[in-house]
Amino acid sequence: MATTASDEAALVAIPVRHYGRWVGAVVVLALLGALIYAFSQGQIDYSITRQFLTQDTIIRGMWNTLLISVLAQAMGIALGIIAAVMRKSKNPVTSGVSWLYIWFFRGTPVLLQLLIWYNLSLVFPTIWLPGLGSTPTNDVMTPFLAALLGLGINEGAYMAEIVRAGINSVDEGQTEAAHALGMSPARTMRRIILPQAMRVIIPPTGNEFINMLKTSSLAYIVQFQELTLSAQNIYSNNLAVVELLFTVAVWYLVLTSVFSVFQYYLERRYSRGSRNAAPQGLLSKVAGNLNFGRR
Amino acid sequence: MSQHTETGATPMVEAIGVRKRFGQLEVLKGIDLTVANGEVMCLIGASGSGKSTFLRCINHLERLDGGSLRVQGRLVGFDERNGNLYELREKQIAAQRRDIGMVFQRFNLFPHMTAVQNVMEAPVQVRGDKPAAAKERAMELLARVGLADKAAVYPAMLSGGQQQRVAIARALAMDPKLMLFDEPTSALDPELVGEVLDVMRGLAQAGMTMVVVTHEMGFAREVGDSLVFMDGGVVVESGPPREVLANPQHQRTQAFLSKVL
Repeated sequence: MATTASDEAALVAIPVRHYGRWVGAVVVLALLGALIYAFSQGQIDYSITRQFLTQDTIIRGMWNTLLISVLAQAMGIALGIIAAVMRKSKNPVTSGVSWLYIWFFRGTPVLLQLLIWYNLSLVFPTIWLPGLGSTPTNDVMTPFLAALLGLGINEGAYMAEIVRAGINSVDEGQTEAAHALGMSPARTMRRIILPQAMRVIIPPTGNEFINMLKTSSLAYIVQFQELTLSAQNIYSNNLAVVELLFTVAVWYLVLTSVFSVFQYYLERRYSRGSRNAAPQGLLSKVAGNLNFGRR
Repeated sequence: MSQHTETGATPMVEAIGVRKRFGQLEVLKGIDLTVANGEVMCLIGASGSGKSTFLRCINHLERLDGGSLRVQGRLVGFDERNGNLYELREKQIAAQRRDIGMVFQRFNLFPHMTAVQNVMEAPVQVRGDKPAAAKERAMELLARVGLADKAAVYPAMLSGGQQQRVAIARALAMDPKLMLFDEPTSALDPELVGEVLDVMRGLAQAGMTMVVVTHEMGFAREVGDSLVFMDGGVVVESGPPREVLANPQHQRTQAFLSKVL
């Protein structure tokens, strides 16, 4: 059958159909449905999970988890910046000490570090503090402080490497331009290098914080009343173990999800001036990810 | 002590026997140069001849290894005591650099700041100007380089020529006595070279003392007061640009010019 030019002009281009995607989607959904069904029929009372979501002890534990995570991460960032700048120092002692810090605290488990801080009184029964004088170590090393030091100092070692990578990513010409304008090395670092390094530092730091929200559960070992320990205290009485573990899981998901949104806006702020700055809003980005059948 | 005392004034730049080595490689083998107040000196030569290194010694981005280099009669980066040169502390060096503007081949604008923020940064942070006053002055400078309408734009959104003009405005914001240009047009697309050279020509006409490392022989001939040809870390030939370009005396100068002209 011959076609004329006007017939051809009326042709509609149809993209290739991805039938495999639909088959794959059905299989995956079926498996997921089976899993959900299994859990719905298991010996588990979801009303308990729901009921304890807003229970006082759990809420207090949630706030403690958030508090220790924010403080330990802040401490980690501060230590990380100091260690990264020290590491770049031309003084071999300064950079050596920084290397040693990173080597030790990255090289040992954080659970171990928490226990060491908590049991510091075995090494130093009393410690001298400015203003307080000699004090029993156990009065000072509360579960909170042990958790903060253990998590924060450990985090600093990881942050140091992230900050160092960020600083190294800034072009040498930036330092030269700042120096040529008469800026001191310290001011150059603060005004020119670190703000640009932030673009490289922030995404992995966001991941670190999400990790911190979850790693802070290890602080149960030093009796710090965070989310996981709160749940343990409850289920050791009512024996609804998995129900309460699910309650806790919901809270961790809420915390990490809320922070993920916050991280998105933070990243957008620090990518200003960059060509690949994200101009789109968060919702349109999510919508783009859901655009499954058409790409 | 200075040899160029025709007018009795201290020269802007006076280099005597400047030497610089990178490891085993000696890149400057004793440079003697004098730049008078208001003079525009163009440095030419093949890459690796040491011209950029010498320029960077003038504001101590490179530490020279021997000889002396004075700007407005003051040693750059060093203090002379007991017959030795002692390097100054970073803060003192930073203070010396305020009077010397520099423009780089790769612009080196601060990408996290808008054009006007780039220009304001040093006056506010280094000299302690009030932000409002610094911004007003920055806008004047941007207008002077023809970019008043780009003040709020980030460098990534500007063309190479526009970026380099912002970089010139940024250097001028510290009211330098001397401007150093390190191949300011070498990274530009050919059609953008003219706009940057126009700004530099305007600066020269306004009486700015300039040392320009360049491959733009037309600019050197037209705007330069003196032309210096460097090769292998030494000054081979220098003089008024028209004479050097039209009638090079030295064989190495002739060979270089025959390739670039």
